[in-house]
Amino acid sequence: MTVIVTFSAVEFASNIVFVKLLALLSRDSQFYAKHIFANCFVNNAFNLRANLRGNNGQQRKQNKMTSHIENQPDYNYTVVRQFTVMTIIWGIVGMGVGVLIAAQLIWPALNFETPWLTYSRLRPLHTNAVIFAFGVCALMATSFYVVQRTCQTRLFGGPLAQVVFWGWQLVILLAAITLPMGYTAGKEYAELEWPIDILIAVIWVIYAIVFFGTIVKRKTSHIYVANWFFGAFIITVAVLHIVNSAAVPVSMMKSYSAYSGAVDAMVQWWYGHNAVGFLLTAGFLGMMYYFVPKQAGRPVYSYRLSIVHFWALVSVYIWAGPHHLHYTALPDWAQSLGMIMSLILFAPSWGGMINGIMTLSGAWHKLRYDPILRFLIVSLSFYGMSTFEGPMMAIKTVNALSHYTDWTIGHVHSGALGWVAMVSIGAVYHLIPNLFGQGNMYSTKLVNVHFWLATVGTVLYIVAMWISGVMQGLMWRAVNSDGTLTYSFVESLQASYPFYFVRFLGGAIFLSGMLIMAYNAYKTIVAPKGSLQPEPQAA
Amino acid sequence: MSTFWSIWITVITLIVIIGCAGLLYWCAKDKMGVEEGKSMGHSFDGIEELNTGLPKWWVGLFVFTIVGCVIYILLFPAFGGFGNGLLGWTSADQDIVSKQDSIERAATSNSQYQREVNKANELYAEVFKKLTHDEQGQYIAVEEVAKNPEAVKVGQRLFLQNCAQCHGSDAKGFTGFPNLTDNDWLYGGTGDIIKTTLMEGRNGVMPVGGLLTPEQLEGEGLQNLVSYVLSLSGRKVNAVEAQKGKELFGTCMGCHGADGSGMQALGAPNLTDNIWLYGGSRKAVEETIIHGRNGVMPAWKDILGEDKVHIIAAYVYSLSNPQ
Repeated sequence: MTVIVTFSAVEFASNIVFVKLLALLSRDSQFYAKHIFANCFVNNAFNLRANLRGNNGQQRKQNKMTSHIENQPDYNYTVVRQFTVMTIIWGIVGMGVGVLIAAQLIWPALNFETPWLTYSRLRPLHTNAVIFAFGVCALMATSFYVVQRTCQTRLFGGPLAQVVFWGWQLVILLAAITLPMGYTAGKEYAELEWPIDILIAVIWVIYAIVFFGTIVKRKTSHIYVANWFFGAFIITVAVLHIVNSAAVPVSMMKSYSAYSGAVDAMVQWWYGHNAVGFLLTAGFLGMMYYFVPKQAGRPVYSYRLSIVHFWALVSVYIWAGPHHLHYTALPDWAQSLGMIMSLILFAPSWGGMINGIMTLSGAWHKLRYDPILRFLIVSLSFYGMSTFEGPMMAIKTVNALSHYTDWTIGHVHSGALGWVAMVSIGAVYHLIPNLFGQGNMYSTKLVNVHFWLATVGTVLYIVAMWISGVMQGLMWRAVNSDGTLTYSFVESLQASYPFYFVRFLGGAIFLSGMLIMAYNAYKTIVAPKGSLQPEPQAA
Repeated sequence: MSTFWSIWITVITLIVIIGCAGLLYWCAKDKMGVEEGKSMGHSFDGIEELNTGLPKWWVGLFVFTIVGCVIYILLFPAFGGFGNGLLGWTSADQDIVSKQDSIERAATSNSQYQREVNKANELYAEVFKKLTHDEQGQYIAVEEVAKNPEAVKVGQRLFLQNCAQCHGSDAKGFTGFPNLTDNDWLYGGTGDIIKTTLMEGRNGVMPVGGLLTPEQLEGEGLQNLVSYVLSLSGRKVNAVEAQKGKELFGTCMGCHGADGSGMQALGAPNLTDNIWLYGGSRKAVEETIIHGRNGVMPAWKDILGEDKVHIIAAYVYSLSNPQ
């Protein structure tokens, strides 16, 4: 029975998605999905504009035609600038901690026998810093930028945007203090204790109000595809966070999960996998849908593909969590559904990659001299690779080999470094000159150096983890002629050391790229306004 | 699970899958009133969208995963409480709640786990039987098995997987976990006794205060007693203290013997050999006396079965009795 309740939580989220999907199917076929999105999220949620569309459509269309150049609204770039700068800073912090703990796995003495420097406390700090500090700052920067520019209106809510920025920085600061001190709720990617959880929920709702408020008062007739993804990300992360963080507090900094046993595990991985699915995938696809066509100067490849892959992605991703719990006490039927939904997810995931990469058709030559575009396109390649790998790893027989090994770590970083970090870096390089009144970054050459450091670092990291992971899986299952295990656990650990070193190296190289980015960004920001202009390119 | 929740799961599962298929069909067919490959006619911050058709190979991939997954959920458990699919497959007997249950179900179960266990037993039981039994089907004495290098090798592997967590890979133990290589035995070191220890487990109890009254340990009582205990293994102590402590030791003799050389029948350690399970510093001995100790060796007969235990006993015996 308890397990059912858990799955109901899964269903609850699916249902939200389903209301949208049903609405979509019941409309006449000429109706655009983005209207549904608007109806469900915007009109219903805020109970506004229900009748305005018809009246104002014409007027909006005219605005759209003219406002782009002559009539640029007074966008709120302050908050975008703040988040963009913090993206770089938190990226360096989060990845720096990652490199440190990677080194600790090779040289354990690097914890200096200091409790708050131990692997166990820094590992959650690393994951929280890269996901919620680096990743979310990048998403907040880009979503606030994109939603304004594609809706052609200033951010809704006035000072609320500043509340989101400072509130979110406070959340990060509290995480950076409490995690090394050893305060943890014990749930992966949801370690923060209940007072911080409540703060996150409040800030997130304000973020949603600013974002959707801006969409409501948009001056364009439709909602651009990037905003569907940002919207889905914002809503679903709120639901995931609130449901999974439900806990019984016993003191200011200690609480126990509201769920127990297999239900707790199911809720945790429903949350955990959709942190990947909605935060690290849907959110960053939103980013991709703006910055790739913008940087390439090309139209989006296929509008229809974006419709089908968006709706399929959001309705199927929410089911994938149980694949983290194969061969556990989770009921078989839940494991089966987790596996098949992960497999069905394959094509919708690739829809985004196709749409991104094919947007470049007719502009491939730009890859030769534009390292920013290179970041964006290579990020899509890594995205395609990890979204192929993910469904494969969700197959129970593959999972029996890969689970609990470094393969999983490799898979995560192929997505985290290759996709999330690279697309964010590309977006930040696009943003900084635009936000600080420049025509170009201080040094395109350094952007290029960064690109190669990031690519080489990512490849070293994931290849090391693949080899080490598959090796571990094979060592753990090898048996002697008497049925006893051939290797003890320690032997598999010993065999992993060379790969841990390569991983450390890859991480350090990636981090060095981030430092170059910080320097380049600093030089761009402090340069006299308008002094940096792009070099003319031979066609 | 109740019918309601099973219907709930089933319906939503089907809606998602059919919904995906329908969505795909609709987007593959519908041209949205715009010619293929042309712009949709809206522009956002200068970005236009083309009405390119869905790539055929991609549609094929999508259809293939949907069809494959529908077949899978017909064959395997997927619809909540509505059966285990056409193959009647289960991963493990997840409804088992007691050891008794587990033993009873093992005989009839067709779960993947049980099938693999049965297969392994079938494959390997002979190996273990051969190493531990003579031609008449009787157990060969542990001491004899310990002379068989093949058996010792197998025993070491079993030890590394099942025992090394506490006793260490080298079997030299750790604070609270006995060293198995020094021929010092709490319960006795004959093959039979080692086997009994493994089969049934042990519960070693040093009572709180060592059965002395708090009054006896008050003041210098504890210090005196510790001095005496340490003197038993020839450690240099204050002779006056030790002399006073000897009087208190009378209470301890019930288990540790008049001369402190222990009593294997009770698992009471020999205090004269300077081997200390919980540490031999003055502080550690004080703590042992004040708070008592509770040592647990788990019983392995139901986990490993007698044959494997017999081989591990032989390996452990061989550590203190090298050939």
